[in-house]
Amino acid sequence: MLTNKLYPLLITISFFTGCQTPLNNPYVASENGKNIYYNTFYAQPKTLDPARAYSSDEYRIICQIYEPPLQYHYLKRPYKLIPLTTTKIPQPLYLDKDDISLHSNPPSEKVHRAIYEIQIKEGILYQNHPCFVKDNLDNFLYHNLTDEDLSEIYEIRDFKQVGTRELKADDYIYQIYRIADPRNNCPILPTMSKYIFGLDALSQSLVTAIERDRKNRKLKAGFIYNQQTDEKDNPIRLNYKDFPLPGVVKIDDYTFQIILKKKYPQILYWLTMPFFSPMPWEADRFYSQGPLIKKNITLQCFPVGTGPFRIDVFDPNMGIILKKNKNFHKETYPDRGEKGDREAGHLNDAGKSLPFFEKVIYKLERESIPRWNKFLQGYYDSSGISSDSFDQAIAFSTDGLIQLTDQFKEKELKLSISTATTTVYFSFNMLDAIVGGYTPDKQKLRQAISIALDVEERIEIFANGRGIPAQGPIPPGIFGFEEGKSSINPFVYNWNEKSARPVRKPVKAAQQLLAEAGYLGGIDPNTGKPLVIGFDNAWTGPEAKALLKWIQKQFQKIGIVLEIRTTDYNRFQEKVLNGNFQFLSWGWNADYPDPENFLFLLYGHNSKKLHGGENAANYDNPEFNHLFKEMESMENTPERLQIIRKMLNIARRDAPWVWGFHPQDFGLYHKWVSNAKPNTMANNTLKYLRIDPAARKERRIAWNQPDYFPLFIFTGILFITSIPALILVMRRKKATGA
Amino acid sequence: MIAYIIRRLIYAIPIIAGVNIIIFFLFFYVNSPDDMARKILGEKNITQEAIENWKKEHNYHFPLFINNQEKGISIISQTIFFKKSIGLFWFDFGKSDRNNIDIAYQIKRRIKPSLLIAIPTFILGIMVEIIFAMFLAYFRRTYLDYSGVILCVTMMSISALFYIIGGQYIFGKVLKLFPISGYDTGIQALKFVSLPVIIGIIAAIGGNVRFDRTIFLEEINKDYIRTARSKGLPEEIVLFKHCLKNALIPILTTVVMTIPFLFMGSLLMESFFAIPGLGSFTIDAIQAQDFAIVRSMVYLGSVLYIAGLILTDISYTIVDPRIRFE
Repeated sequence: MLTNKLYPLLITISFFTGCQTPLNNPYVASENGKNIYYNTFYAQPKTLDPARAYSSDEYRIICQIYEPPLQYHYLKRPYKLIPLTTTKIPQPLYLDKDDISLHSNPPSEKVHRAIYEIQIKEGILYQNHPCFVKDNLDNFLYHNLTDEDLSEIYEIRDFKQVGTRELKADDYIYQIYRIADPRNNCPILPTMSKYIFGLDALSQSLVTAIERDRKNRKLKAGFIYNQQTDEKDNPIRLNYKDFPLPGVVKIDDYTFQIILKKKYPQILYWLTMPFFSPMPWEADRFYSQGPLIKKNITLQCFPVGTGPFRIDVFDPNMGIILKKNKNFHKETYPDRGEKGDREAGHLNDAGKSLPFFEKVIYKLERESIPRWNKFLQGYYDSSGISSDSFDQAIAFSTDGLIQLTDQFKEKELKLSISTATTTVYFSFNMLDAIVGGYTPDKQKLRQAISIALDVEERIEIFANGRGIPAQGPIPPGIFGFEEGKSSINPFVYNWNEKSARPVRKPVKAAQQLLAEAGYLGGIDPNTGKPLVIGFDNAWTGPEAKALLKWIQKQFQKIGIVLEIRTTDYNRFQEKVLNGNFQFLSWGWNADYPDPENFLFLLYGHNSKKLHGGENAANYDNPEFNHLFKEMESMENTPERLQIIRKMLNIARRDAPWVWGFHPQDFGLYHKWVSNAKPNTMANNTLKYLRIDPAARKERRIAWNQPDYFPLFIFTGILFITSIPALILVMRRKKATGA
Repeated sequence: MIAYIIRRLIYAIPIIAGVNIIIFFLFFYVNSPDDMARKILGEKNITQEAIENWKKEHNYHFPLFINNQEKGISIISQTIFFKKSIGLFWFDFGKSDRNNIDIAYQIKRRIKPSLLIAIPTFILGIMVEIIFAMFLAYFRRTYLDYSGVILCVTMMSISALFYIIGGQYIFGKVLKLFPISGYDTGIQALKFVSLPVIIGIIAAIGGNVRFDRTIFLEEINKDYIRTARSKGLPEEIVLFKHCLKNALIPILTTVVMTIPFLFMGSLLMESFFAIPGLGSFTIDAIQAQDFAIVRSMVYLGSVLYIAGLILTDISYTIVDPRIRFE
């Protein structure tokens, strides 16, 4: 009776409260129907300082705030560079050793200097920020803060006054100095030092200056000197202008030159990365104040940029909020794309001003289950698909086509599929006595293993079919990647004319190769026992166990015993660095869409053991190396493609890697999200997305009406089960006469 | 009593120092500063020079315990141990290795969300558990008692993770009564902490009710209870007035021991509910090999543990006048 009376009451409450904002709404009611984009982050960004940030978690935020000179076209494929803050794409001027200009595409060996003149657009303003505010006497208001000044300040938005100023060439130059500053630990310093004229010398002189300063401070402080504590209160300030950098020259307020020591066309790709974002000196000066550092108000939390968004709240423990930058310069949605973009609706917003969102909220979600469920409730606008949720979301049609399940079709979700510019591979150690080496028998051993290790099966079992078997190191979307009969790896695959697809060679072929390599039936002639190969890894968790077993089985097919050597990640890295392994699994994400960024993984002078480079296999084939040097700085011409084909053939024959696969990313978007087109190279894509807040509000309410009925059932059960207890009490009372 | 507390505090100093040294030793036994640098700097384009630079910036370029290149007291002071661990004694936690944030500031900010979950779970949990245990004691040796014990054993056999995921599924996804996860400040926080608190209470009921029930049953058979009954007092009065008061002594002392740990947060709960508390702070630090945070949290944990022991001893004298400090 009680529940019957309560039920209508609860329904009424739910109608009045739930209709406006569902009970499970994780956001404040005032946000309902607002033009806000909701997304998640899994790992907290380590830093938002553009000189240090390099991971996708960090790029997701800073690429919406900072603006390097160039960007990738959002829609066009293959990836195309377009200006972002520049007036045009800089064209290189090549000089020989006598400083005489060379023709447009000279051979690398003739180039002594390559000059890129970068001209930025006038009138671009920074976001409003306290670092720019000046008082009546033209002094910066917030550049000499004390602890008392900050008594009411906890975040950057707590500052009462904010200002802005125009973007200048000096700001880009300042950031290049920051790349060289050893305190910033910029990950691209070693790479850039190879190319930018004078950058390594600048870095050295900055090291010397800092060390000198530290030594003096230590002498003053005595044995209690603690560098970290000391610099927290009183950071060392260097005037970069006192240090020469001949490789970067200011021409005027809007023009500067980057001078390279050699031909390096890939520098343009680097100019799309936040490392080359402008940094106003005022921001660096502002954030290097001890009282601010003590309150964690630093450049690595609160960036200062010219991009479409600015940081409003930086709380990596909970969420990060970006707001539209009111000073953002004019940029419009592209009016051209690739074939099919118009039909897909990707050009519906052509010519409209960017960005579309007023606010972007990133919430920290460490666990995939709550993240996924909240996406399905409409509280996040987009989501990836984890392996656990794959079957719930994706179905294969009778003709093998990937589609959404009926449940998801009903929800009108949109699926986007893109192949990552990533290669996941297994690597042999070419310095190892058994699996390494370049003689035909060693090649055959590795080729045999490459055939036996059924990558297609791995993709099917462990990635739900989300991947493309690799024929070489270059992933789709990058110049040098080819499809078709002539582009397959002939040492591992045959071409099936009927299906027009490569088909893995049978295990018999692998066994044959193994016998030719001297291991008949997988037996090592030296020991008379099966050949044992060690597989070093740092894989943990239940899926890792299954995957390891699967790999062992692949080797068993040809009679080889795979010894699993699982260690913690630090030991694993140590083994790779020291070349103390036989076989391992590794991967590489493209920094930029150029084949050099993948083929350099096999360049001998990048050997991890010998030169500390990224060539984990320690592969070193002189012919390959020679072709790499030739190809490295070429434009994407048919000649370059010819060289790449030669290089791929050499590498396929030598088989230093089992080529693995290129993963595919499946993304889901709600119906109210527009313009979502995967772009694996660009990171500043948030400005192109649009949502329909009214549609989202309507759906959220419809999908999240609370269900009280099970609660009433539970209460009823509780009531019924308590009846015997009541009877027992009554009986006891009766018995004792109480 | 004050002399006793002071003595205990003095005893605590070598224990805390020992914990500090052991943690330092264990961490660097499996993890060199180079490993930490590599992990924190990322995997791409990391040169030995960059690693050395990072170490220098974070005071990891010194020897671990003894610096033979220095003279006088600097032999000790210019070491990683001195630079990283001495400040802990006056709660100077320094900066995070991973992102240079001030650790003390973070602890201050994160303690609130942790307590917002821990305190209601703790207080409401004790109330629910005692009521449930007394209910079972009242109906002892009946089918209600037996089924209650079976339920408790079943509940304590289920992993905490199951309660969390199941709770999120039932209350957040199916019934749609609470947000599945998340956190907000101010009054909005209530919406987010309700579900973790409910789950926290349910998850702990099994074990604690069994413990409390045993205590009640022990008390219920004592002479003074028999006397009370023989005086004709009703069972409810005997149980709720006489038995409860005395049974609370062992319960209270167990409970006091856990109070300091409320500050440390719940690792699983905070991770699944995306609560920015100290539990998730520690988990993140372990995953990121942020020694500065791990060391600080372990140190804090050991200090709180000792505080818990002292509080337990004090609580004994308060609830049981027969006990005196010697």
